[in-house]
Amino acid sequence: MIPLSWYLALAAILFCIGVCGFLTRRNVIIMFLSIELMLNGVNLNLVALSHFLDSVRGQAFTFFIITVAAAEAAIGLGIAIALYRSRRSVHVDTINHLKG
Amino acid sequence: MIHTAAVSWTALEPILPELLLIGIGVLLIGCDLFLPRQRQLLPWLTVLGCLTALAMILAAQPVTAFGGMFLADGYAKVFKVICLGAVILTTLMAGQFRRLIGPRQGEYDSLLLFSLVGMLLMASAGDLMVLYLGLELMALPVYALVGLHKREQRTSEAAIKYFLMGAFASALLLFGMSLLYGLTGTTDIGRIAELIASRNLAANPALLAALGLLLAGLCFKVAVAPFHLWTPDVYEGAPTLVTAFMSVGPKAAGFAIFGRMLLEGLPQLQGHWGPILAVLALLTMAVGNITALCQHSLKRMLAYSSIAHAGYAVLGLLPGTAEGMAATMTYLVVYLFMNLGAFAVLMLLAAPGQSRESIDDCKGLATRHPVVAALMLVFLFSLTGIPPTGGFIGKFYLLKAAFTAGYTLTVVGAVLFSAISAYFYLRVVRLMYMSEAEAPVSLTFSPGMTAALGLCLAGALGLGLFPGSLLGWIVAALTGS
Repeated sequence: MIPLSWYLALAAILFCIGVCGFLTRRNVIIMFLSIELMLNGVNLNLVALSHFLDSVRGQAFTFFIITVAAAEAAIGLGIAIALYRSRRSVHVDTINHLKG
Repeated sequence: MIHTAAVSWTALEPILPELLLIGIGVLLIGCDLFLPRQRQLLPWLTVLGCLTALAMILAAQPVTAFGGMFLADGYAKVFKVICLGAVILTTLMAGQFRRLIGPRQGEYDSLLLFSLVGMLLMASAGDLMVLYLGLELMALPVYALVGLHKREQRTSEAAIKYFLMGAFASALLLFGMSLLYGLTGTTDIGRIAELIASRNLAANPALLAALGLLLAGLCFKVAVAPFHLWTPDVYEGAPTLVTAFMSVGPKAAGFAIFGRMLLEGLPQLQGHWGPILAVLALLTMAVGNITALCQHSLKRMLAYSSIAHAGYAVLGLLPGTAEGMAATMTYLVVYLFMNLGAFAVLMLLAAPGQSRESIDDCKGLATRHPVVAALMLVFLFSLTGIPPTGGFIGKFYLLKAAFTAGYTLTVVGAVLFSAISAYFYLRVVRLMYMSEAEAPVSLTFSPGMTAALGLCLAGALGLGLFPGSLLGWIVAALTGS
């Protein structure tokens, strides 16, 4: 039996990798993937806790998060395509028309 | 053999307004597709639907539905009225944007309604799951609305920035929620508070980590410094109509979940989040007001001013009491009218082919269009907080709430930054009244715009002249008497 703390540690590590990726990468798609990594850290947390606490709420929550993440991906990639069409790039350094 | 469970349709009664709005949203898409000639009627259908939902919400009795997941209490009612008001006013203004929106009218209105349903769910959330789903249902349509005009470079840039920041904030919020769930074993916000008290978790480091993550996520959503960096870019890049909506509706809904989480979910931690929020509020007011001083674009100035106003509104959360929350709600109602009014004037100035978003475009407005200039004067005075406008009353209640809770330094800071804000608001007034116009400006009024401006004026002035009735209603709604 794998103890709960291992799951929680893995979830926290996944989440932190996601945060670091979001803050350091400069490509919109990679940044978006980093957010997905963070969400999966949350999912792992919820599912592991749900199992050990013997309560189904965490698993139900996970289903909602997965569903919303899919909808979010659809909108995010749509916006990224619109951006690519107008700029020919999805690099954050080229997204600098708005400032001040 | 098939077993059928008996469905109790009466259980759906508390969410009837939300269901009605979803139905109208779908109907709008259908009308847009099959009756393209009747497109100019769609905004009126939207307004009608919102008014019906408003009447239903005002008439409803306080109930707890779906096992505590959906709370249709007085707290939710006030925030729902604010969000509905924001959607009604922005839809009325949309006539001004017919040329820009044109064939996208159906998409625009239905996205606005779906976002509204998300906001109503946020206001009623009694469970972390509903809170998260409402938040995403509010945010996803707004991401699409910001990037609605795909041809314009600025809007897709604003949309991607908003999307990335919003999704990042949601992930932070979710991790905080998963920690809360791990500590208490429930997602019910009221139960979380009980379990924290009964299990003596208040000093647990994991709970403090959860609090930090929740605060960061929530501050992102309502644009409180230092998590405000996306706001000016997104507000400037989005179409002005969407900016006006975003600066009021989603912000009010953000404050609804902010208050619900802190006041009902984590009241035992008030000693931790109170001082943190006091510092963040001061920082927000400083950043918003001082950066607004050096803006040349009126739209961007209003964006920074909306950051500063988020800082004022946080003051009401500090005491952690119903009176403080009532002050925040009163302020958000006043802010709805004065901010949408200022944005409405900005939209009037925009002409075909040129955006006219610079502060210099206000020059000499008073001689050419005295009524528009007078309206802008009232809205700017209200944003500054000069009596007898609503902005003064709203600020007064907020400062009083924070002062009685003992945050004297924060109150002094708020007054100072409010005085600084007079410089950039009144600079616009000076340009309107004391400068010569450079080029003639012709303004066209759509009927909806006239109605919206009238409502905003009535709200901004009326709440200043008769402040007691609004606060009385909100306090009565909160205390349930």
